[in-house]
Amino acid sequence: MTDIRVDVRGETCPVPLVETRKAFRKASPGDTVEVVGTHPASRKEIPMALKALGLKLVDIQEEESVWKIRIGV
Amino acid sequence: MADKTTIVVHSGDMDKIYSALIIANGALSMGMEASLYFTFWGLERLIKGKLEKGALSRMHMFGLGKWMIQRRMRAANVASLEKLLQDFKELDGKIIACEMTMQIMGIKKEDLRQDLIDEYGAIGAYIQEARESNMTLFI
Repeated sequence: MTDIRVDVRGETCPVPLVETRKAFRKASPGDTVEVVGTHPASRKEIPMALKALGLKLVDIQEEESVWKIRIGV
Repeated sequence: MADKTTIVVHSGDMDKIYSALIIANGALSMGMEASLYFTFWGLERLIKGKLEKGALSRMHMFGLGKWMIQRRMRAANVASLEKLLQDFKELDGKIIACEMTMQIMGIKKEDLRQDLIDEYGAIGAYIQEARESNMTLFI
């Protein structure tokens, strides 16, 4: 089990979504992908993508304007 | 029917190429398949060195409008068209180049960025992609 971290702070549409998807493709089953970003729409859209991709949302945290989404692959 | 989008990229305008690539990359990121069919002015953007050369579809003002928009895009940290195109390919997006456009405009295969192009096709190629798609756009 590995933790893959995707740092998309300061990035805008569609980069957070695309970089998250790229990380899933590199991950193995059992890995956790952690995405950290600031783009407000992506905070809502990344969880929407998970359903279609059959992945599990572990946790979302938000502090100031930085969010952190943890996903189980 | 596959969860897939097929987009006809007819315009070569910078802002419209952005729209096409952002939609296509969004679709791939959210688990769909995506095909881009480059035709007419859109295909010109796949000529070596021409990707970023499109005008703005409105308010181009001999390049001044484009320059202003590009400045604002840089300030907002918007990805370059080159990055969007590389991401599209990395996520297994498919690119089809219109053969008739090549013929009309005198574009040869070696003029195009062949590394990005999966197929050279005609209307049948688009229809085949589109009939397998649940979302198709003309940009």
